[in-house]
Amino acid sequence: MTLIAVAILIGLGALGTALGFGLLGGKFLEASARQPELAPQLQVKMFIVAGLIDAIAMIGVGIALYMLFVIGV
Amino acid sequence: MAANGDTLTSQSYIQHHLTNAKACFTDEGLSFNYACSDAGFWTWHIDTLAWSIILGLVFILSFRSVAKKASTGVPGKFQCAVEMIVEFVGKSVKDTYHGDSKLIAPLALTIFMWVFLLNCMDWIPVDWVGTLSSLIAGESWQTIESGQSHVYHKIVPTTDLNMTFGLSFGVFALMIFYGIKIKGVGGFLKELYAHPFNTPWLYWFNLILETIALIAKPVSLALRLFGNLYAAELIFILIATIGLYQLPVHFVWAAFHLLVIPLQAFIFMMLTIVYLSMMSEDH
Repeated sequence: MTLIAVAILIGLGALGTALGFGLLGGKFLEASARQPELAPQLQVKMFIVAGLIDAIAMIGVGIALYMLFVIGV
Repeated sequence: MAANGDTLTSQSYIQHHLTNAKACFTDEGLSFNYACSDAGFWTWHIDTLAWSIILGLVFILSFRSVAKKASTGVPGKFQCAVEMIVEFVGKSVKDTYHGDSKLIAPLALTIFMWVFLLNCMDWIPVDWVGTLSSLIAGESWQTIESGQSHVYHKIVPTTDLNMTFGLSFGVFALMIFYGIKIKGVGGFLKELYAHPFNTPWLYWFNLILETIALIAKPVSLALRLFGNLYAAELIFILIATIGLYQLPVHFVWAAFHLLVIPLQAFIFMMLTIVYLSMMSEDH
């Protein structure tokens, strides 16, 4: 059961983050191709959102590894 | 750690590294660690306290000395770095906070540098400080190597919920203070009950919604920082259990944290500014 839970935690976390980062990076490239003078401002905002997206997945990975290695299978 | 047998397992190794040094007052006076397991609320995590105060002083004193020595001549490297940080934070505050306050920029700088320095402790190899403090406490090398050490020492204060919640409660108090100061008590309360739907028979619904939104802010602020750093530290410790091949893996994970650690400090600062500017703008 722990293994399944860990697999779901890491797998769905990776899926969500991948989708989020794909959307984020794609929109950023689109926007800065359209208006290159806005790119520095957008980059700062992109990193904020990147941190927000990254946080949830990282926490999920942390909990998953804690379950796997500390609590035990 | 000594509770389960005399062999060093990776489980007990990880648990030892993720336990804070505790201090509390019991019937026999000041006690540490095991004696504090049921001390309840008044347990102090002395490693978190000590490291956060030390790093706070490092930040204040180093920045102060640069500010005192600043001249119109050619600046040194450290002065350049400090000026860059101060300008960067100042610019972020100007872009986001449109009100008039003398507190926001110094607050943002303090939060950014303090959280950054606290997170930086993550880069120190996981066994160094713990082993050193066991040796100072007078335990033999065999005891430490077999994992029987009774000395706990967690050096990353942001992997302790008390630290991150302490920071975010400070921000929360300032949010309420600024909300009341700028909008008045009436305006602050009006924002709570009359915000999304401005009709009297939906006030109760607004109140529930806005109260949850208000309380979720400090909680998410604290949990985001804690979760990231806790996961990071946990993975550092896990890597440390795999033997000799840990060195390249450690390098990769530490290099990844060149991004994560400043980013988390920056996000904490940025969200603080955003929350405070939300509180000081009239709708």
